[in-house]
Amino acid sequence: MTEHVRPNYILIWAYLFVLTVIEVAAAFLSHIPKHWLIIILVVLAVVKALLVAMYFMHLKFERWRLRLIFLIPLPLAAILVLATITEKIW
Amino acid sequence: MTHATASADMMHPPVPAEPGSGVYSNKLGMWIFLASDVMFFTALIGSYIILRFGMSEPWAAPGAILNVPLTGINTFLLICSSVSMVKAYAAIVDGKKYFLRPIPGKLLQDGGLKFWMLVTILCGAAFVGVQVFEYIKLVQHGLTPAGFREGSHYAELALADPVKYGAATAGLFGSTFFTMTGFHGFHVTCGVVSMLYLYFTKVLPEKYSPADYRGIETIGLYWHFVDLVWIILFTIVYLI
Repeated sequence: MTEHVRPNYILIWAYLFVLTVIEVAAAFLSHIPKHWLIIILVVLAVVKALLVAMYFMHLKFERWRLRLIFLIPLPLAAILVLATITEKIW
Repeated sequence: MTHATASADMMHPPVPAEPGSGVYSNKLGMWIFLASDVMFFTALIGSYIILRFGMSEPWAAPGAILNVPLTGINTFLLICSSVSMVKAYAAIVDGKKYFLRPIPGKLLQDGGLKFWMLVTILCGAAFVGVQVFEYIKLVQHGLTPAGFREGSHYAELALADPVKYGAATAGLFGSTFFTMTGFHGFHVTCGVVSMLYLYFTKVLPEKYSPADYRGIETIGLYWHFVDLVWIILFTIVYLI
C-alpha cells in the first residue's frame, strides 16, 4: 500500500498552457537562430509530454515495473531514428 | 481547486492485481498497447524527420501553409480535455458519481464524474471538428497529400515564393502532414467514440464506484497518451 498526495491537476494544466504559449511565441515572435529554436522547441515539447506522463498518467506514482513498460520502447525509438539518419556515414 | 488530500493507495483500486506487474489486467493491457503505440508513432515521426531533414530543398516555413493560431486553440482544447479526464478520474476515486453539486458558500459547483466525462467528450469532439475544418480549408486552398493542386491558391503562392512555401518539397509536406495528423485524429476519434460508449453504458447508469473504476482509469491513460502525442506533433509539424 502506498500513500501519496494527489497532484494539483489545475496547476499542471496551467503549466501546459503557459509552455504552449511560450512555444508559439518563440516560434513566431523571437529571432532565435533556427538550430537553437529547434532545440528549445523540442525541449519544451518534451517537458510538456513529461508533465502529462508523470502527473496525468500517474507514472510518478506507479511502480518501476510499470514505468519500464512505457520507457523501454523509447531508446528503441531513438536508435531507429538515429540509425536511419546516420545511414550515410556508415 | 487543490486536491491536497492524501488518499490511501488511490492508484490501485481494490480489484485483483496481476502478480507480476502489480496492477489489474485491464490497466496492464492498456500500458502494453500504449508501448506499442509509441513505436507506431515513432515510425511516423521518425520517417518525417528523416524525409524532412534529408531534403536539400527548403521545407515550407512554419505558419506559411498551416494555420497555427487555429491549431494552437485546438492544442489548448486537447490539454483541457486531458485535465478534465483526470478530474473525472479523481471524482470517481472520491465517489462523486453526480453531475454537479453546489458547494455551500461558493459560486462554482463541484463537478462529479458525469460532468467531467462530458467535458472531456465535448473537448475531444471539438478537437476532431476543428481538425476536419482545417483539412477542408487546406484541401480547398490546394494542399493535398500529393502536393499543391495545379492552379490552386497555394500553387500560385509557391510560384511567387518557392522558398517560403517549399515548392520543391510540397508533395512530401502534404503526405507527411496528412499521415501524421490523420493517424492522430483517428486516435482521438476512437477515444471519443469509446468514451461516448462508456458514458451511456457505465457512467450515466452509475456503474463505477470508488471500489471499481477500471474503465475510467484505462480510457484515461489512452486519452492522456493521445494528448502527449499531439504535444510532440504540434511542435514538430506546426512550429519547426
